[in-house]
Amino acid sequence: MARVLPKRDAVIIGLGWTGSILAQQLTDAGLNVVALERGPWRDTATDFNIAYMQDELRYAIRKDLFLKPSVEAMTMRNNAGQTALPMRDYGSFLPGDGVGGAGVHWNGQTWRFWDSDFSIKTHLTQRYGAAKIRGLQLQDWGVTWDEIEHSFDQYEYICGTSGKAGNIKGQIQPGGNPFESPRSRDYPNPPLRMPYASTLFAEKMRELGHHPFPLPSSNLSRAYVNPLGIRMGECTFCGFCERFACGNYSKASAQTTILPVLMKKPNFELRTDSEVLKVNLTPDGKMARSVTFLDAQGVEYEQPADVVAVCAYALMNVRMMLLSKIGTQYDPVTGKGTVGRNYCYQTSAGARLMFDDKHFNPFIGAGALGQTIDDFQGDGFDHSKLDFVGGAGISCTVSNGRPISNRPTVPGSPRWGAKWKQATVDGYQNSMGFGSQGSSYPVRENYLDLDPTYTDRHGRPLLRITFDFPDNDVRMSHYMSEQLEKLTKPFNAKYTAVARLQKGWNSVPYQSTHNTGGAIMGTDPTTSAVNKYLQSWDVPNVFVVGASAFAHNAGMNPTGTVGALAYWAAEAITTKYIKSPGALVPA
Amino acid sequence: MDNSLRGVTRRHLLASAAALPILAATADGRTISGNLPWSPFAGAPPRPVNPLGWYFFTPVEAATVEAIVERLIPADQLSPSGKECGCAIFIDRQLAGAFGQASRLYTKGPFRQGLPTQGYQGDLAPAGRYRLGLQALNEYTNTTYKKDFRALSAEQQDEVLAGMDGSKIKLNLKPGFSTKEFFELVLQNTMEGFFADPLYGGNKNMAGWKMIGFPGARYDYRDHIDKRNVPYPRGPVSIYGMEG
Amino acid sequence: MGRSGFRRRSGFFWAAVFVALSVPALAATTDAGKYQVILGDCEGCHGKDLAGGVVLETPFGRMVAPNITPDKETGIGNYTAQEFNLAMKRGVAPGGKRLYPAMPYPYYAHMPDSDVSAMWDYLRTVKPVKNRVNVNQLRFPFNLRVLMRGWNALFFRPQPIADASKSAEWNRGSYLVNGPGHCGACHAPKNAFGADKRALTGTSLQGWFAPDLTSEHHAGLGSWSRVDMVEYLETGRNAHSLASGPMAEAVENSTSRMTMADLDAMAVYLKDVPPSKGNGGGASGIDAQMKAGARAYELSCVACHGRDGKGSALFPPLAGNAAVRQVRADTVVRTVLAGAKAVATPKAPTGPGMPSFGWRLTDEQVANILTYVRNNWGNQAPAISPETVKRIRSELHSSS
Repeated sequence: MARVLPKRDAVIIGLGWTGSILAQQLTDAGLNVVALERGPWRDTATDFNIAYMQDELRYAIRKDLFLKPSVEAMTMRNNAGQTALPMRDYGSFLPGDGVGGAGVHWNGQTWRFWDSDFSIKTHLTQRYGAAKIRGLQLQDWGVTWDEIEHSFDQYEYICGTSGKAGNIKGQIQPGGNPFESPRSRDYPNPPLRMPYASTLFAEKMRELGHHPFPLPSSNLSRAYVNPLGIRMGECTFCGFCERFACGNYSKASAQTTILPVLMKKPNFELRTDSEVLKVNLTPDGKMARSVTFLDAQGVEYEQPADVVAVCAYALMNVRMMLLSKIGTQYDPVTGKGTVGRNYCYQTSAGARLMFDDKHFNPFIGAGALGQTIDDFQGDGFDHSKLDFVGGAGISCTVSNGRPISNRPTVPGSPRWGAKWKQATVDGYQNSMGFGSQGSSYPVRENYLDLDPTYTDRHGRPLLRITFDFPDNDVRMSHYMSEQLEKLTKPFNAKYTAVARLQKGWNSVPYQSTHNTGGAIMGTDPTTSAVNKYLQSWDVPNVFVVGASAFAHNAGMNPTGTVGALAYWAAEAITTKYIKSPGALVPA
Repeated sequence: MDNSLRGVTRRHLLASAAALPILAATADGRTISGNLPWSPFAGAPPRPVNPLGWYFFTPVEAATVEAIVERLIPADQLSPSGKECGCAIFIDRQLAGAFGQASRLYTKGPFRQGLPTQGYQGDLAPAGRYRLGLQALNEYTNTTYKKDFRALSAEQQDEVLAGMDGSKIKLNLKPGFSTKEFFELVLQNTMEGFFADPLYGGNKNMAGWKMIGFPGARYDYRDHIDKRNVPYPRGPVSIYGMEG
Repeated sequence: MGRSGFRRRSGFFWAAVFVALSVPALAATTDAGKYQVILGDCEGCHGKDLAGGVVLETPFGRMVAPNITPDKETGIGNYTAQEFNLAMKRGVAPGGKRLYPAMPYPYYAHMPDSDVSAMWDYLRTVKPVKNRVNVNQLRFPFNLRVLMRGWNALFFRPQPIADASKSAEWNRGSYLVNGPGHCGACHAPKNAFGADKRALTGTSLQGWFAPDLTSEHHAGLGSWSRVDMVEYLETGRNAHSLASGPMAEAVENSTSRMTMADLDAMAVYLKDVPPSKGNGGGASGIDAQMKAGARAYELSCVACHGRDGKGSALFPPLAGNAAVRQVRADTVVRTVLAGAKAVATPKAPTGPGMPSFGWRLTDEQVANILTYVRNNWGNQAPAISPETVKRIRSELHSSS
């Protein structure tokens, strides 16, 4: 029998990026908020020690900061013809854990999706006709660029994002991204200083007539005070970024940008080591009344609240909705149902160049350090004569040279023995890489649901991922590989190897932790799970915040857009919902 | 040191008394409100392994693994051998700990044969895989060469390893655990041992790092980021302050 | 002894001076009283809700600050205003019970009766909390309060803190520092009986060294401007230093909540405090330590404090930081070994932490790094020995 706790105005499930943003905004508006976080408390001063954080084995290989599959795993299959089996260890993507979530160990690349992303179906149909996108389940998001631009700005200023604007109020800025949608002002900090490899990349891209610009980075280029008065430090290019927490306050995370202010508020309480099992609805299923959670001893509690914000990471958000019966399960056969629909990922390719006359220092890096071009991004180039839609950002980043994982050799080199040693010595400091990070468009058959066989430690069904790269995306990625052949030629490297995407998504090697969709936002309650304010169509006092809301994934890292949507949703709650609780958009 | 009466203190100096978390009387997880938790000596620093002895491997297993890592990373002018660098010790300590027990993994059944895209579906943790794999390896070499692996010549050992790597040799393992998988596991762990921080028992004297010029646990490269085509001038350092 | 006569006269004198110097009056005496409670940092010992229970570890044993809420059973709800005044200014509780000077009545004695009665008015409005506190846990014979009569006879001699030849601001600052602020309670060296010796030259305080606050240029605050001092008291940080440990609390509970005019007055006063003898100057014959320290500093410290020791907007500088140049090593050694959490105030909420390095650095390495830091970039201070580090390390571990 669960013990019932005193009611709060709002309960937030998960205290990562979106949970922290919502908690901060809601408490500022005077709400009494409690956050329930499954994982442990984590903070820079106590847990991200600058003298032992540089441990590749512990953090990058043994994944010390990440979610353990023993706590929550997922099953996967490429298509309905296969039987999904559990990913007994995470490989292809690595969910976060604890306070700050994946925001603790992300790379820090901070992008804004384009205005054409938010109205992608309208945009592509107008430009190319409906036939072009047949077979893709693309949908408009329900929110426009103009509506949400200020939320992007808000997030970037909280993070201290370091970059160079390319389009300020319609004026193209030299040195920035000419393809980006118009911003109201520049980034709060200038770009990071660039390493040799990225500088070479930018020079060559310019020669080829493309438009390189510095990757927008939430590894900060200088010490900074954000709008909450919180100070951050200057990135020291340590090269222990993704998979690691930052030891000197120079990577944006909930810890470094929000928690020092949030945690002091008398109207905010955090409970860590507390796992929410489900959201409890009223008997008619129309409102949420509480959440049930287990504390560290496994004792069950019920936390009543007027508003429930599901902020548990995209995949866990979807699972929470399914376990709580908020919305109906999507069925890929009938196309009916909304929860689990439009699951997307990221479609990547790359190139490796090896030289014998150039010396790089691959260990001098940061997660979002590099130069990039959007000349092949999204719909920024003409697809009329191409057999796909979508595009990719092509970058030369220098994020790490950690040797257990990153010691490139000429393709075909032995992987052990004396020749391996020589090849490794020859390759380690003489190699640069290009990445092509491409869009991931939804198709009917890629979706999320609950697994029929496998359960977690509490007996609840695991999330099942049914996903493979759609043919459209494979064609897009192959096109990018062809572009990479062209882009790498002028470098005259001794060896160049361009990767080519294979169909049959493999859950083992790491690719990307950009899982999107499953509880998508939209204008139509029959094809989306939440409305434009990320409010559930079915249960209006539930808001589901995260990349689960993405109706598709662009060729860009999602966190910038996730942060903007979190501010956008928080604004809707504090300026609209609490004044007049109920559906904010007529169903 | 004068232990006698000194000044009267002002308050109980558990560093910042105001920074202690306020523990709620309700749920037991930690309830935190009003401040950021902090305490002196906070953190979980890694513990350097004791470099002596074997914690997991039997003497035969230890000698077998030493022989393997010696071939995977042979000694030459670039570095000492994998054995000399402590890779076998590294693997032993890893198998004796959480890695060996696969404590982070999802281990609920049912266990089914999976597709390559679905990852390892066996029920053996790495510790079990090494026990089985090393035994099977010696069984194989005794059948084929009439000797344990460690007694073979270097060429023969390379032959066996290449055969495992190329899926040409089939050791007597179990369904869901192939010879190739066993080889990949050992290779991966050997490389981890060669390039991880020396506190874990391998990469002795930072030999792996020195071989490729990786500066180890340094954290500030602001004075070198702008340099074009210039090698980094400083040698490696380890987490526990070894300098090379 | 004529003591009370002396005090009454000085109290009267001071009250007259204070009336002349009052800052623009706060509306009601409860507001004034609330502000006095902030000035006195009552929360620091009596707890955020003033219901007591904060433990004070002293060389004489353990004391626990009592409940000063108006609860009639467990607090001071049965006190009269006069009894409160006697407790605050004479260290005498109802029934003649003597208080220990852990309650800084020798400082509060400088407060005019009007300030004390304003505090009383405020305290009566505080929410009563039922919390029974076992106050006196001192070892025999220190638990015999009657002995305080002798202590008071020897050491309770409040000196005049006003000076008519100085400005109104100076006098207000003197009042704040020597009266309710009781800065000397931590920053003034004590004799064997716990009484103050010299003013504000710094002293060890069970694991910390409260630094020299005189105008001495190197170990004191002589290089700080008036603006530097106000900024530090208001936010806990300035270009030279960053508060942590017990001072972080004092800033958070007290000085960050004071008026700017009062902080400025304290700055005026402190800048005028005659210089101490300093820290004895730089160390000599330390080449080996300096070399080894420089190397160790490069590996452990540069990523935050910089090769130039200048820190950043977030991390405090070490170059030119008086806090690292104190004659005794307690604070710097414990900061390196155990880490430290910096102050967080509404104006500067970050509260960054220095991580703990004790697991990684030997006593010798700590001694080398700190000797290097204390004697590089123009810093000069006594060297630190590995034995000192060893002692402090074991004291920290036995107390935490």
